[in-house]
Amino acid sequence: MVVGKKINRVDAVTKADGTAKYTEDLLDDKCLVAKVLHSTIANGKVLSFDLEEAKKVPGVVKIITSFDVPDIQYPTAGHPWSTEKAHQDVCDRKLLNTRVRFYGDEIAAVIADDEIAADHARDLIKVEYEEYPAIFDMEESVNNPGDVPIHEEKPNNVIVKSNYEVLDYDEAVKEPGLIKVTGVYETQKVQQCHIENASSFAYKEAGKVVVVSATQIPHIVRRVCSQALGCDMGKVRIIKPYLGGGFGNRQDALTEPLNAFLTLQVGGRPVKLMYTREETFFGTRSRHAMKFYITSYVRPNGTFAAREIVAYSDNGAYGSHAHALVANAVNAFRMMYPVGAIKGVAYTVYTNNPTAGAMRAYGIPQIGFALEAHVDDIIAKLPNDDAISFRKKNMMQLGYVDPGTTITCHSTGLSECIDKGREAIGWDEKIEKYKNQTGDVRHGVGMGIFCYKTGVYPIALETSACRMILNQDGSIQLQVGATEIGQGADTVFSQMAAETLSIPFENVHILSQQDTDVTPYDTGAYGSRQTYVTGMAVRKTAESLKNKICDYAAWMLNKDRIDLDLVDNHIVRVGTNDVLISLKEVAMEACYSRTNSNHIAAEETHHCSDNTYSFGVCFADIEVDIPLCQIKVNRIINVHDSGTIINPQTAEGQVHGGMSMGLGYGLLEKMLFDPKTGRMLNSNLLDYKLMTAIDTPDLEVAFVEPKDPSGPYGNKSLGEPPVIPVAPALRNAVYNATGVAIDSIPLNPEKLFQEFTDAGLIK
Amino acid sequence: MYDFNNIYQPKTIEEALKMKSEHPEALILAGGSDILIQVRDGKLAGCDVINIQPLNELRGICVEDNGSILIRPLTSFSHITKNPIIEKFLPALGFAVDQIGGPQIRNIGTIGGNICNGVTSADSASTLKAYDAVLEIASVDGIRLLPYADFSKGPGKVDLKGNEILTGIRVPKESYENTYGEYMKYSVRRAMDIATLGCSVNVRLTDDKKSIDRVRIAYGVAGPTPMRVPTAEKLGNGKVITEQLITDIAEAALTDVKPRTSWRASKEFRMQLIKELCKRSLRTSIKKAGGTI
Repeated sequence: MVVGKKINRVDAVTKADGTAKYTEDLLDDKCLVAKVLHSTIANGKVLSFDLEEAKKVPGVVKIITSFDVPDIQYPTAGHPWSTEKAHQDVCDRKLLNTRVRFYGDEIAAVIADDEIAADHARDLIKVEYEEYPAIFDMEESVNNPGDVPIHEEKPNNVIVKSNYEVLDYDEAVKEPGLIKVTGVYETQKVQQCHIENASSFAYKEAGKVVVVSATQIPHIVRRVCSQALGCDMGKVRIIKPYLGGGFGNRQDALTEPLNAFLTLQVGGRPVKLMYTREETFFGTRSRHAMKFYITSYVRPNGTFAAREIVAYSDNGAYGSHAHALVANAVNAFRMMYPVGAIKGVAYTVYTNNPTAGAMRAYGIPQIGFALEAHVDDIIAKLPNDDAISFRKKNMMQLGYVDPGTTITCHSTGLSECIDKGREAIGWDEKIEKYKNQTGDVRHGVGMGIFCYKTGVYPIALETSACRMILNQDGSIQLQVGATEIGQGADTVFSQMAAETLSIPFENVHILSQQDTDVTPYDTGAYGSRQTYVTGMAVRKTAESLKNKICDYAAWMLNKDRIDLDLVDNHIVRVGTNDVLISLKEVAMEACYSRTNSNHIAAEETHHCSDNTYSFGVCFADIEVDIPLCQIKVNRIINVHDSGTIINPQTAEGQVHGGMSMGLGYGLLEKMLFDPKTGRMLNSNLLDYKLMTAIDTPDLEVAFVEPKDPSGPYGNKSLGEPPVIPVAPALRNAVYNATGVAIDSIPLNPEKLFQEFTDAGLIK
Repeated sequence: MYDFNNIYQPKTIEEALKMKSEHPEALILAGGSDILIQVRDGKLAGCDVINIQPLNELRGICVEDNGSILIRPLTSFSHITKNPIIEKFLPALGFAVDQIGGPQIRNIGTIGGNICNGVTSADSASTLKAYDAVLEIASVDGIRLLPYADFSKGPGKVDLKGNEILTGIRVPKESYENTYGEYMKYSVRRAMDIATLGCSVNVRLTDDKKSIDRVRIAYGVAGPTPMRVPTAEKLGNGKVITEQLITDIAEAALTDVKPRTSWRASKEFRMQLIKELCKRSLRTSIKKAGGTI
């Protein structure tokens, strides 16, 4: 068995010894440098550019402005393209934009021999604008859109408004004796903060434009570039080398389309477009800030009778992933506690803030905070329920079929996750111990649960292809379009291939780079889909390859195919398991046979038409220093049901990363903007408070492993989910410690100061 | 790529002073942890620098004949923290500079650079203020001594003329003898962060340890420059130690400070920290000095 084993990452050594090549490591010495000029107003129009001084800077090769780009509006979201027009992504940006929609919009680009010349020339470009009033608040944007819409296609600034209703809400609230609980919950805009900034370089070769880029979605980026340039897809080639993190930001076309265009403006000479940290902050994507109005009607016995949500999502200046995130959020509002009548309305809104896009768990950390905070607010008003009993009574059960999406609960270990976490943190004793505290420093415990889909079916296409090639020594080449972005995908794919083929793990050689001219199709790393969807493609391809190997062995050995199998790297007789010949001998013969050479390879597509839910819980035990407005996390544990864990070692690492991101989300991180201009104030890692190692408590991780019947190896999603339950667990722990229920994050010192002052804890 | 215009490389202090008098607009490059960031930002793009980094004469710590502790300005933060003289006589300073940035920054950043930058959040500044440090400033015309109290001229502005270089930081014996101090840095993160507020307190108790003989309190980020709080100090000097006294001193500190609201923190929150950090630093200093509350 290789699946289920702790195995070191396949890329561990090459990343540790520095031989792994990232985008910047592959640069041509003669690469030109492009620098983007960003707008210094948040809403308006460029009237003219004065390039005279900029052009005089020695080393400047060419300056391209928003007046020079094709009149094509293209989409950027990393979604599989829909061939139905109604489901296609929003096409609302050009390569450079004359109509400026946020402070930092891309309006011109300088191409120069080196960075200093490019920077210098960019600073010398003079821009004349016509300025419109900017709108930074999402509700204001809907209620008061102003005379000039942010995009003329959406005169009300609403990209999409959607709604649903399960059962009859108005009827359900009439039930006598219900307890009504309302709350307004807000989550902030944060950034993915992958270590490697947005970076690419592009050149022309053999009539094609080639873009080398740190992307999660090479095949999608190829399509987006072809749309942006107005050329055929076959004329674009995307190469994805090793990559320094993505977390959803690179589930979008970022610098690639413009970079492809720029190389074509200088005769195909290589041009690099590497964003700085500052530009990556405001000029790429971020997590949507959302605001939720929730009303619940609960029976005194602790069950939901009815529940309603109105959700707003701040999409910023451009469409990107648009409504998909808040739709995901209000769907999870329904799925998490599918009890009683449920009604949801969601708005995705343009504002003059930087664009939001995909980020780890795609709308669910937002609703996870709001809903789990709301649940604790409900419990406070119930006579006979506690945090655990109420959740267990109302949460999703095995066999649930979601009425909105048809996604079915094929397996659940959520109840066991809660029990395991409760025991580990010492929940019951601590609830007792932390009652009736006084003094400056107080302790509290809190929890939050979640459910999460696995991949994007049936909302979008789920498809994946895989290729395997048998080497002469019996090892295989494994190629997938699914991407390794640090999460460990290549390692688990290799385990899956070794498992199904029954060959040693080290005999699987996976190609970590994707090249759209060579690599099988896959939509890429997002939605925690790859171990599930690509996993099925790997399994199917391994079965196919195994079949071909056995076919060949049958010819070699002059036996019936039906009597042979590949087990433990050898061809064996079915039934007795007698070893007949090694795989290596079969592979050598297949390659070099003078009478029947056969270069054995397999390639399969898996079209995925299923989905399933993963689950989990976070328990936190904290202390709050009230006068200093500081939270110290003493213990924190995530317990996950992600079905069968393919690799416990990398899975644990994945949970650590997610918890760290959840801690930052709950406690510290927030993108800040100048309220007058919309300029980002903290676009660097000093002022943007990403947690450091020393700020991070010990992260405890446990798994519950019900085998999921729909997963290729019993597995379900794990990549994104660990981030979800952390922030609400922390919020609920602060509530438990201090009696102060805080309805927005981050719970940073300034926020705590306000809240504790309002509550009379600080005088 | 860093956008420098000229880099001058002196071999001795004399050469550095000569270069500085010839190029008064050139910036002194010590550790570089502030200047390089500003060059990258574009604020100092195209500047001239005099790189004194290799001048070992400007590095190190000693006790002079009169008992003064002399810290040369190029001494790195990590060397200050681990220096036996600092550990023995000025541990509060060693602790304060250990709160700066992360290990790499503390290896390259220098105490001279920290105070010549003139920013209110400099972690070494409040402690040096609280210990009445005296600066040695040199030029081709000679050396002048200046109380650090008079050095700050405003945010990012210090009393250094175009031809001058900081060559020494002294803490007199009378200032540290029988004196126990505590620095508290309040920042959102515990590393790699800038102070929301810094508070450095030191006390000398009476022989019976019952009263405060001398208390000195200095803050960073409580105003445009690192500052002392004379009203609070005056109130504490000579008083019997009680919890009430500590509260009174902290309250009095509020009358001396001038924090402002910025997007990093509100004035109200800083006032809360000024009071609370003062109390906690005072209590710790008193305990270190052998007193009880």
